[in-house]
Amino acid sequence: MTNIVQFENVGLRYGTGTETLSDLSFSLAKGGFYFLTGPSGAGKTSLLKLLYLSQRPSRGLIRMFGDDMVTMPRDHLPKFRRRIGVVFQDFRLVPHLSAFDNVALPLRVAGAEDKDVIQPVNEMLAWVGLGDRASARPATLSGGEQQRVAIARAVITRPDILVADEPTGNVDPDMAARLLRLFDALNQLGTTVVVATHDLHLLSRVSTAQMMRLEDGRIADPTGMLRYPPKRETPSP
Amino acid sequence: MTLRDQTLAIMAPLLSPFQAPPAEARLLPEGRMAGPMPWVIAIMMFLTVIAAATGLSLGGAARGLDSELAGRVTVQVIEADSARKNRHVRAISTELLRLAAVESVRVVPPKEVTALLEPWFGDAGIGEDLPTPALIDVTLKRASPADLDSVRTAVRTVSSVARVDEHAQWLAPLVRLLDALKWLSAMLVGLMTLATAAIVVLAARAALNTHRSTIEVMHLLGSTDLQIARLFQRRIALDALFGGGLGLAVALIALLFLGYRLSAIGSDLLGSFGPGWIGWLIIAALPALGAVIATLAARVTVLKALRLML
Repeated sequence: MTNIVQFENVGLRYGTGTETLSDLSFSLAKGGFYFLTGPSGAGKTSLLKLLYLSQRPSRGLIRMFGDDMVTMPRDHLPKFRRRIGVVFQDFRLVPHLSAFDNVALPLRVAGAEDKDVIQPVNEMLAWVGLGDRASARPATLSGGEQQRVAIARAVITRPDILVADEPTGNVDPDMAARLLRLFDALNQLGTTVVVATHDLHLLSRVSTAQMMRLEDGRIADPTGMLRYPPKRETPSP
Repeated sequence: MTLRDQTLAIMAPLLSPFQAPPAEARLLPEGRMAGPMPWVIAIMMFLTVIAAATGLSLGGAARGLDSELAGRVTVQVIEADSARKNRHVRAISTELLRLAAVESVRVVPPKEVTALLEPWFGDAGIGEDLPTPALIDVTLKRASPADLDSVRTAVRTVSSVARVDEHAQWLAPLVRLLDALKWLSAMLVGLMTLATAAIVVLAARAALNTHRSTIEVMHLLGSTDLQIARLFQRRIALDALFGGGLGLAVALIALLFLGYRLSAIGSDLLGSFGPGWIGWLIIAALPALGAVIATLAARVTVLKALRLML
């Protein structure tokens, strides 16, 4: 099993302040499922920003998809970003676009034609239970519905890595379980999933998941499982 | 339907290269970016067209005067005695016709001379007893200084009472003034082009700020800088084309009105005043040129701003 993400002594500092993340060294296996936990302010969102290539580290080495992301020219980053699905904590839906167009956005960014977009987007909206809200604008959707649109947008391209920041924070337990099954299904298809959450109940729902705990910007990995992840069979695509 | 929408509907076939696919066009909400920019561009284009038309017309007028007057000379015979005056005129005409440089010689009939003086003396002011000079219009084959010298020498050898007036000489200050005004107009066109580009840069920056959250999302979903810049440059090109077209239309109406007023004066001097057909082509191309400049300014501004993001 190969590593899709590798951090070596990574540190992140905003401006001239103290380090938000310090000495992060871990690997994420291709096809792995990871929960990222830790108290508020521990640096979970900062770590996710590094993972979805919104930020470069102040020091250290980050390899993703086998390439060095620290020295990668910025013009080359979009093609890597297209391989990463992101569920933002604040959803970040485009307010003037319908739910359909928001979900279709990653496909259109990747150059898909309109005729190739309609069916997968409708299927994905139906899967997250929003088949009848395709034309609704985000402002008319509830918090839970917006979150589901955000999740549908993140997974529509079947990304290699799915990064989700509190993806079940605004949905009821049934929908949370349903969304987690979606993540698990994607994971079974080979997507590496990283979910930041405070909800410890989620951890028990994915039997193969590993936990990363952040405390004061440092990763707690007493077992060394993240540094040397266990082998797991990944079905060939 | 607003005036802007109506104009865009009429111009739709011309605008197709600038139009984004419907899905992509929706990424920036309609109307938000438009704001005052198309109207400001319309005003700038109106002023640019007026300045360009003035400059091109002045250039044409200066060239027209030059070509019309160069090589034209009037010989004035100032002699009170009518018989002697006629002898001088005949001698000068004969002598000038012998010169190879001279194309034609025309003795201005006394009636025409009297008509020229009438505005000052009135109908009854010029009698037989009022001595008037005789005039000889001479046209040279070329307007070279050597040919003019040969005319002066020839006139001097046969008459001591004749004076040679070179037309180009007394209109030279006017031609120089027209030239200076032409360059002033060109400078105004340049300055207004720069001002338009600056307006577009400011509009693009404002639009970037307005749509920052959408841009960030697109960026994180894998949009390239060029994909994002294209959204802005298309919208700004449309606004610039609309503003430019409107400014051109209003300016053309103003120019037609001015042309009508000029033709009513009936002046020979202003007869050649006009941009000429090449000038009209340049003026017609100004909105498209404006749109290209606006598009480039928007593209450079957006790409520069996006480079500040990872």
